[in-house]
Amino acid sequence: MGERTVELEVLRYNPETDSEPHFQRYSVTCRDEWVVLDALNQIKETIDPTLSYRWSCHMAVCGSCGMMINKEPKLACKAFVRNYEGVIRVEPLAHFPVERDLVTVIDDFMDKLKRVRPYIIPKQVKAVADGEYRQTPAELKKFKQYSMCINCMLCYAACPEYGLIPKYIGPAAIALAHRYNQDSRDGGREQRQQEIAATEGVWDCSFVGACSEVCPEHVDPAGAIQQVKIKSTVDWYTQHLMPWLKK
Amino acid sequence: MAISNKPIVWGPFAAGGTLTAFLTPALILLTLLAALGHAPDLLAYERLHALSGHWLAKLAVAGVVFLSLWSAAHRLRITCYDLGVRADTVVATIVYAGALGGTGVTVLYLARI
Amino acid sequence: MAEEVTRKPYERVMTMRWILRHPRYLRYMVREFSCLFIGGWTLLMVWGLTQLAEGPAAWAAFLECLKSPASIAFHVLALGFAAYHSVTWFNLTPKALPLQLGEHFVPDGVIAGAHFGAWAALSLAILSLAGAF
Repeated sequence: MGERTVELEVLRYNPETDSEPHFQRYSVTCRDEWVVLDALNQIKETIDPTLSYRWSCHMAVCGSCGMMINKEPKLACKAFVRNYEGVIRVEPLAHFPVERDLVTVIDDFMDKLKRVRPYIIPKQVKAVADGEYRQTPAELKKFKQYSMCINCMLCYAACPEYGLIPKYIGPAAIALAHRYNQDSRDGGREQRQQEIAATEGVWDCSFVGACSEVCPEHVDPAGAIQQVKIKSTVDWYTQHLMPWLKK
Repeated sequence: MAISNKPIVWGPFAAGGTLTAFLTPALILLTLLAALGHAPDLLAYERLHALSGHWLAKLAVAGVVFLSLWSAAHRLRITCYDLGVRADTVVATIVYAGALGGTGVTVLYLARI
Repeated sequence: MAEEVTRKPYERVMTMRWILRHPRYLRYMVREFSCLFIGGWTLLMVWGLTQLAEGPAAWAAFLECLKSPASIAFHVLALGFAAYHSVTWFNLTPKALPLQLGEHFVPDGVIAGAHFGAWAALSLAILSLAGAF
């Protein structure tokens, strides 16, 4: 009553001893309300202390515990065991190299976030003495949704184009750039275009839309990407067909 | 990294995708009716030939054909890549040449009407 | 003093099986395949145009060709795929062209609905003007 036995099949990889990953089966007694992260913690605490994985907040705000659960990118703290039937397959987030067990190498992602200059680049330098930036609720609404990203990388795991084209800058990076481009305090769009309007920017996206479907914060990176594509296209034709127009 | 020239091919793709979304199903229905033996009046030789003689109609037909073929070509290029075909430049050349070729044939024969 | 750990990250190979990983990827592929039918039907019409330019006999022969079972089957499939392209395109339009009025965004359903309405109206107009009914 209130408990269930859950079978977990977890991908294991020890770089010091293994030549390739392999699955390991665990039988875990879970409480009905548990999430997969609770089951993993139970394994680590009582069955196999060698199991490695990232986690922190256990409430879907830190973005640490992203993994493939039955082939779908999910936050382990948000995947309820009662929603799964049979064996639950847990693997590291797709499209990233495996460091160890469920821990992935995220350097590529971190580099890409930095490349889009994710900070306010003011239109004009403003001294502190000149006072604060003022922003209406409407101006805030324009970018707020794109600021909700928790860098969990589920979108990169869901995106087949990122899997096929490792150089693709990816959904979260573009959504982040868009967040600043849409901010009324910012004037750095041209600089960010160098990264996101390049070939390996938005143009590698084919609007599969999987990124927005798996995003736990409803950031809608797919929407951001298409908006950047349209704006970049309008810019390109304007510049090339009417070069006399001032930007 | 430099700003890409992808908009050259993406612009017509987006325009063509929108155009075909609005137009193509109804047009296919017209020729389907013809295929089933209930050809709509417009598809009678005299009417269609007369309509196609008008310069505005020729412009419209050429435009619709170009955008339809281009957006299909671009999508086919992406699909090939999604299916593991790595020779993107070769695929792109073939599909875009096909779209331009189809448009060329259209313009050539519209000129004869 | 911490021990040195040897790093040897493992790169998993991506196979074409990604298409089967979730129904959404299959639906995406179906959407992409619509290009074969829309492009194919357009090329069929280009051929028809050449026959229209050749004269009434050629045009009549073209219309006869359309009546073959293969042509009918192709048309039915093309209609289905073209409609699927339209539905997916219009459903995605609000994401690409959001409309902000003051503090609120026009709901996706309204933008998409307007497109579907225009699509229906335009299609009826085309069918009516062409004398389909």
